[in-house]
Amino acid sequence: MKNKYSILSLFKNALSYHENWQRAWRDPEPKKEYDAVIIGGGGHGLATAYYLAKKHDMKNIAVVEKGWIGGGNTGRNTTIIRSNYLWDASAGLYDHALKIWEGLSQELNYNVMFSQRGVMNLAHNLQDVRDLKRRTHANRLNGIDAVYLNTEQVKKFCPIINTSPNIRYPVLGGTLQKRAGTARHDAVAWGYARGADEMGVDIIQNCEVKGIKRNGDGVEGIETTKGFIKTNKIGVVAAGHSSVVANMAGLKLPLESKPLQALVSEPVKPIIDTVVMSNAVHAYVSQSDKGELVIGAGTDDYVSYSQKGSHEIVEGTLNAILELYPIFSRMRMLRQWGGIVDICPDASPIISKTSIKGLYFNCGWGTGGFKATPGSGDLFAHTIANDEPHKLNAAFNLNRFVSGDLVDEHGAAAVAH
Amino acid sequence: MFLINCPFCGEREQSEFKAGGEAHIVRPKQPTELSDDEWAEYLFMRKNIKGIQFERWNHIHGCRKWFNMVRDTSNDEIKAVYKMGEKPPVE
Repeated sequence: MKNKYSILSLFKNALSYHENWQRAWRDPEPKKEYDAVIIGGGGHGLATAYYLAKKHDMKNIAVVEKGWIGGGNTGRNTTIIRSNYLWDASAGLYDHALKIWEGLSQELNYNVMFSQRGVMNLAHNLQDVRDLKRRTHANRLNGIDAVYLNTEQVKKFCPIINTSPNIRYPVLGGTLQKRAGTARHDAVAWGYARGADEMGVDIIQNCEVKGIKRNGDGVEGIETTKGFIKTNKIGVVAAGHSSVVANMAGLKLPLESKPLQALVSEPVKPIIDTVVMSNAVHAYVSQSDKGELVIGAGTDDYVSYSQKGSHEIVEGTLNAILELYPIFSRMRMLRQWGGIVDICPDASPIISKTSIKGLYFNCGWGTGGFKATPGSGDLFAHTIANDEPHKLNAAFNLNRFVSGDLVDEHGAAAVAH
Repeated sequence: MFLINCPFCGEREQSEFKAGGEAHIVRPKQPTELSDDEWAEYLFMRKNIKGIQFERWNHIHGCRKWFNMVRDTSNDEIKAVYKMGEKPPVE
């Protein structure tokens, strides 16, 4: 039984110099056999395990992770959470996640630092204005809070934006989702890991999957660097490496893996208390609790697993940032990194069964998976436990690439790809 | 960021080029006779290899010609560059 984190436990542990905190999760060796194995110990994978144990009473399960948990894209994203997507299917999916975010810290007894500071999307040309107005209407019809702001209202909401009509791409307006915001990405992985571990889920780190053993039309287990693990249900949540794992089972996915970069500045005093995104000039920025500006750049257009992107992508983003926020012109950037994102042709994810019995994929989140972490885990757990998708992820099946029933969210994805 | 040896112009910065995705995907000869599965395979399914990948590139800010490349996607090392229509190097 895990000790509950509270102000009292903080006080108690302070008296012993914080040297006696209970371990947040075990470090077990893999058992011979599990009822289900999740491949990938990022936020989505750990959330899947958590909800499998909590809502579907599957406790004899494991999460295998080739590195350390939360060390992939979970720890590399820019932590933006919002649900202002265009189509009904996406609205259902992302708002389901947002609703879970709103109570997540309490549910996990782990502070994920969810901060509903609002997300603003800017319009820089007439088409942007029309698209964003349309999206605002679509959001409101789906019960998602969204308002359209004119230039003055944008300036009022975020005074440091340069709204002069004389810049190259002037700000013509924007949308605001007030329930949107940010969260602490590491804490999401750690909170889910702690919660899953408490219910008996084995989280096995430094364990790379090397092969998937097939058995007739189903699966028999996985070959890993820690030996063979028998299981007849495998949930793959491997983000940029989804195609690599699919290949082990003889499957091909409609994905391309590309580097996506982000960077942070030196920490400064609070200067921007919201998240501002701009599709057209490709600049998005927020400020972390430490005071760093968190800036998201775009993807490179070539397939790469190298976890590093091209310099001109970062340069392009910073050009746009400086035009929109001249106040940042003398800030120094501290760190820059890349993550590998798996992009679907329609910029929507896949949470689906496959042609192989007992093999499930949760992938294709591309540039925007973090926001969906709790919802994705919940719906993927449902899909694995019942061998049927939940109604909220039914549209995000693999078969849509055959039927043509795509969920085109390139406009709302906000990162050009 | 890396340098690409365009078979027509010589070595240039990668930012002058546009990646065109997986190479040697042959357009179906009889599109009208394809099943939905075969269309999906042709249009959407990609090998997305981690390792040696054959792909198409276009020198869009140069000669604007298409060519093929063999590249290791795990470290972006270019193994070979060859013109459209030429046989891919065997490795």
